[in-house]
Amino acid sequence: MMTLKKTLLASVIGAVVAGTTLLPMTASAETLRIGYSADPETLDLHEQLSGGVLRFSHMAFDPLVRWTKDFEFEPRLATEWEQVDETTMRMTLREGVTFHSGNEFTAKDVVWTIERLKESPDYRAIFEPVSSAEAVDDYTVEIVTAEPYPLLLNLATYIFPMDSEFYSGETDEGSDKAEIVKAGNSFASRNVSGTGPFMVTDRRQGVRVDFERFEDYWDTESEGNVSNIVLTPIAENASRVAALLSGGVDFIDAVPPNDLDRVREADGVNLVEVDGTRIIGFQMNEERVEAFQDARVRQAVDLAINQEGIADRLMRGFANPAGQFSPEGYSGHNPDLTPRYDIERAKELMAEAGYEEGFSVEMIAPNNRYVNDAQIAQAVANMLAQINIDVDLRTMPLAQYWPEYDTRQSDMAMIGWHADTEDTANFFQYLSFCFDEETGAGQYNYGGYCNEEIDALVTEADSETDLEKRNEMLREAEAMLYEDVGYITLHWQNLAYAAAEGVEIEPVVNALDFPYLGDLVINRSDD
Amino acid sequence: MIAFLIKRLMHAILVMFVISVLAFAIQDNLGDPVQQMVGQSVPESEREEIRERFGLNDPFLVQYVRFAKNAVQGDFGYSYFYREPALEVIARHLPATLELVFAATLIIVLFSVPIGVYSAIKPRSPISRLFMGISIIGISIPVFLTAIVLIQIFAIGVTVTLFPESTGWGAWLNDFFSTEGNMPSFGRGYDLVNVVGNWDTNLATWNGLQHLVLPAVSLASIMLPLFIRLIRAEMMEVLQSEYVKYARAKGISMRRVYFVHALKNTMLPVITVGGVQIGTMVAYTILTETVFQWPGMGLMFLDAINRADIPLIVTYLMIVGVIFVVTNTIVDLIYGMVNPTVKLTGKPA
Repeated sequence: MMTLKKTLLASVIGAVVAGTTLLPMTASAETLRIGYSADPETLDLHEQLSGGVLRFSHMAFDPLVRWTKDFEFEPRLATEWEQVDETTMRMTLREGVTFHSGNEFTAKDVVWTIERLKESPDYRAIFEPVSSAEAVDDYTVEIVTAEPYPLLLNLATYIFPMDSEFYSGETDEGSDKAEIVKAGNSFASRNVSGTGPFMVTDRRQGVRVDFERFEDYWDTESEGNVSNIVLTPIAENASRVAALLSGGVDFIDAVPPNDLDRVREADGVNLVEVDGTRIIGFQMNEERVEAFQDARVRQAVDLAINQEGIADRLMRGFANPAGQFSPEGYSGHNPDLTPRYDIERAKELMAEAGYEEGFSVEMIAPNNRYVNDAQIAQAVANMLAQINIDVDLRTMPLAQYWPEYDTRQSDMAMIGWHADTEDTANFFQYLSFCFDEETGAGQYNYGGYCNEEIDALVTEADSETDLEKRNEMLREAEAMLYEDVGYITLHWQNLAYAAAEGVEIEPVVNALDFPYLGDLVINRSDD
Repeated sequence: MIAFLIKRLMHAILVMFVISVLAFAIQDNLGDPVQQMVGQSVPESEREEIRERFGLNDPFLVQYVRFAKNAVQGDFGYSYFYREPALEVIARHLPATLELVFAATLIIVLFSVPIGVYSAIKPRSPISRLFMGISIIGISIPVFLTAIVLIQIFAIGVTVTLFPESTGWGAWLNDFFSTEGNMPSFGRGYDLVNVVGNWDTNLATWNGLQHLVLPAVSLASIMLPLFIRLIRAEMMEVLQSEYVKYARAKGISMRRVYFVHALKNTMLPVITVGGVQIGTMVAYTILTETVFQWPGMGLMFLDAINRADIPLIVTYLMIVGVIFVVTNTIVDLIYGMVNPTVKLTGKPA
């Protein structure tokens, strides 16, 4: 009967539509219509560190260096770099690059940008190791760190030089053009001049952003042929997929796992999956549950959880089961550490620790942050019941989850983490370091887990500039945490993009979730 | 009349006051807006600074008084996400929602009156029964589902292979039930015509109208069955009344009896219910606009909730409160015109 109603409506609408020929919906061949789950919150790169703004940064700006698919550094505005001494790196900049405003790009813009990053509330902490930057000449810049710091190139992927002339001076209202105002109406949040492949031509926040290819873009070797971009944020998963399938957009991000098969099988649409680097897992609150202070109980919890099963069935293969923080490709990835589901051993450990009878815990998880988050938490709760841990699960939307998380008033909490530096040490520093309010270490260490040995090793690694040696230390740290179970790893959540036939997204998407659209090629067959 | 309007104005102010207090009271449960404004790795000290700057650490009463003081002067605060005055943000999103509600209302009126009247005049005919059956189902299908199904059929397209393709009739039926899609499934399209100020209209171009069809139909699908049943019931009651019998006996043509004499009296309660329901429809736009990514107030509100954009949430709720008061007032005015025996200055029934 339901379809009957639709059929009636169908005939009504059909009659209306059939009467007139449809206007052609497709625009010129090089226009790319994007349906992303979010649009950039602001046009000021330093106002907010978010996926939306970083994606935008790669469209309207260029970083000094950027990551390749295999986590190598690719020169962009910096063409060469060398370590002059333990704390100084000298970078040679690309010549003949102009900003959208027409100003020429030189070393002073890099210095200006780094100084601005150090003022930004969102980037200040990340750029803490950098003490100063200096222009040696127009195309050479020296970046100095306070201590020997091995991750300077990782940081350089966040340095998108801004047009210092354009962003200097005062607006008509008398405010500084360079100021960073959080959720305010600053000059930089509305005006853009970068070196990137696309210029912003129009923007209606939350509705659409229009881009046009920058005619004087320096990278003339890029095969990218997209001349215009219309970016529409479509937050609702089903609507985003429908927009692609109906031909309303050419490219979408974050295809939901439930729609993967549908998109894979649809005609005229290609699905591209990328192994992600965001770790999803649980933390145990040792301050509230005495049992969690016992390493054997933590191990038992880890052993009772079937990571493979969750990745396979619940995530439908849309995740890689994890036994450590670092995904493959990361410096500290230790290939020996795999998930170790063993329910019998888990029961033994519980008995050894004197908790054969089990205990009850409260668990919290978000329900709209990670892929299938609430279902994963439910599955984990059921698995823990097997070793007599009785879980009382509460799930809540993102906006309420983090304030709740910050109170640390539950016994287990779900958290996913992506390392801003694309480096192993970052996971430890935020998720497992002994909590210290002063230094901000262990800011997301929910349960008060503390292993000073691991902390010392990671801290030492972070000032080791011999990368081989450093990687070995981080792999060791992963192994120690694996043994001690300071964090329960579940999986790295994948990324899925989909695009219309002829829109060659495969070469330009990456695990970082920042598609390099400047290099995107569209081959539409003429029909 | 003037006394009536002044009274309604007082109502509106009271409603806004109550809503603003309630909205402020629940804001702590909406989440932490600062969480949405910073990257995950931003240290707590930075967050605290931002909270302090936005005055989020002040006690409830202090925050409310500060808000009320500004609100009286027409300043409802800055949206955290849009970085603009909340009132401006809403004003920009309002036309899209009003056009959607207007289009849905048009569909409802165009279909409910003839169908309702027909099924009242011929209650036993198979067509009437069919309409009644469908309307029961229509009421019970959530708008979200209707919207998804409409998108599948008209935007993405369906290929039916239910009937044997080899037979002539099978192929014909398959073809008949299959759809090509091609209708736009999201947004307002890129072919809007600016009318005045920030009012861009979908109604002036073919492309704009195409974008409007699916959202308007799904929004109308909730109310349409209700109105059909309402009109039918009222009409049947009116047809039993003495004056209709008298008109018949007098030999006036049946068409005139149905559509002039009976219909007029049928519409009285329909107007009352209709006005209120149009207000309710503003609430339903939240779902419809979300599915169709229609950039109106509903979508904006849902996003605001997800982002804990408190100034925008509070302002939206107050504005919707006013819309309710205004539609009710207009309904009362129209009612007064249609039925002069109702005195507006008197106590509302």
